[in-house]
Amino acid sequence: MLTFQDVGLRYDLGPEIFSDLNFTIAPQSFQFLTGPSGAGKTTLLRMMMLSLRPTRGEIRIFGEDASSLSKDAITGVRRRIGVVFQDFRLLEHLTTFENVALPLRVMGQSEAKYRGEVLELLGWVGLGDRVDALPALLSGGEKQRAAIARALIVRPELLLADEPTGNVDPTMARRLLRLFVELHRSGTAVVIATHDLGLMDQFDFARRLVVGERKITVYEPEDE
Amino acid sequence: MTHAPTLAPGGARREMPLIPADSTANRALVVVIAIMTLLACLTAGAALQTERAAWSWRDQVSREVTILLKPTASDDADALARAVAAAATQAPGVEFAHALSLEETGRILEPWLGRGVDVLKLPLPRLVVVRMQAERTPDLAALTRVVHAVAPQAGIDDHTLWLSRLATIAGIVVFLAGAIFVLMLVAMATAIGFATRGAVAANRDIIEVLHFVGASDHFVALQFQSHFLALGLRGAAIGGGAALACFVVTSLLFAWWSHSPQGVGVSVLLGGFSVGLFDVFLLVVISVGVAALTGYISRWIVHRYLFELL
Repeated sequence: MLTFQDVGLRYDLGPEIFSDLNFTIAPQSFQFLTGPSGAGKTTLLRMMMLSLRPTRGEIRIFGEDASSLSKDAITGVRRRIGVVFQDFRLLEHLTTFENVALPLRVMGQSEAKYRGEVLELLGWVGLGDRVDALPALLSGGEKQRAAIARALIVRPELLLADEPTGNVDPTMARRLLRLFVELHRSGTAVVIATHDLGLMDQFDFARRLVVGERKITVYEPEDE
Repeated sequence: MTHAPTLAPGGARREMPLIPADSTANRALVVVIAIMTLLACLTAGAALQTERAAWSWRDQVSREVTILLKPTASDDADALARAVAAAATQAPGVEFAHALSLEETGRILEPWLGRGVDVLKLPLPRLVVVRMQAERTPDLAALTRVVHAVAPQAGIDDHTLWLSRLATIAGIVVFLAGAIFVLMLVAMATAIGFATRGAVAANRDIIEVLHFVGASDHFVALQFQSHFLALGLRGAAIGGGAALACFVVTSLLFAWWSHSPQGVGVSVLLGGFSVGLFDVFLLVVISVGVAALTGYISRWIVHRYLFELL
């Protein structure tokens, strides 16, 4: 599904931030992307979501070489990926409902078609009574859940989540992670960037991609 | 994932625009577009009015021919003028011919010579005014033959030189108006370009999010186009409406003033000033064109910006 082969990244003429990254995200897999703060988890996720080009190496996604994709093809790829940003990236002038429905709206679907589905998901993430609230009126945890719902609404083949439980209480964190696991079981490959060891320990079936010192080390569940 | 919805589906709501309205920048752009539309409409209206006046002059003058007679000392000037007028009336395409008396010639010269000058003592040529039929092409050659048969020394002036100068002046005025019109459109396009770039820069985060949730460049550009098209329509409607009001007020003032002694002269020179259906149509076309231009430019600039993004 997603393969990094000898990927390196540097900004301008600076030193390489990543060198020779080699790993694969298989379909229907579940993995944590972890490492110390500042190690480059978010940067790596940006390369995975094709918002950052590597300076060398090859990224293949859904069987295609990412560097050869046209803009329209990149749009097509992104419609198969769900992204949860660390800073939520909700549109401040849209309601919770409109933010969650955004991926369906940009695909040209009518509200009459997706309204029930969006309300159902909002109810499940505990935002059923915040449907018409603007992001400015939501707590950090509520924004987090709205951002997760937005990523899940299209039932993506690949979910990339950057610290998705960083702003919620432990109970809601477990609930959200169960949602990710359920999504994984329904066929979605999930990559969750986190540095919460306690959280990772609850999911012993998950792979761990550990970022550090410009490299990435993959730990399969049976390795631990 | 199957969960019971917590809220019953209701009726569809009006979708919020994805590009938020920045009221201050929007107001400024609407004002710029309104002023530019007003000036563009006024320029086009002035050019149209000039062209109409020129056509009116051309129509009047091109049907008139003046015959100049320089009688010799032995000639009976009055008799010669009458004979030429009578002969000219027989020429094909002539509606009528009138020999001006010396008093009538003196009145024509009054603005230059002043009152109280005894024109009878001046060596003035005698004039015969010939009016050609409107529905026929003037046959000047035939008229010349007929007139020269009676008075070989007669000069015939069909005002070609004056008409050609008039056409040149009218052409220059219309060209200048067109150039000003184009310059205003360029200025407006530049203002819209700056506003669009500002809006794109201010909404860069939104564009990024739209891309990540699967929006195509076409979709993103369409959002900006809709946003600026709405602003363009508002500005163009205000500017076009103001221009229409200007024309209506001017035509009413002109109609009132044209009855005064000073107004009569200007009215004769410029013709009437009125707002017809064609003028209103022209204002609507310019206003809609301005709005469409606003939408198109914003779309083009956003496309160029998005092309540079990954």
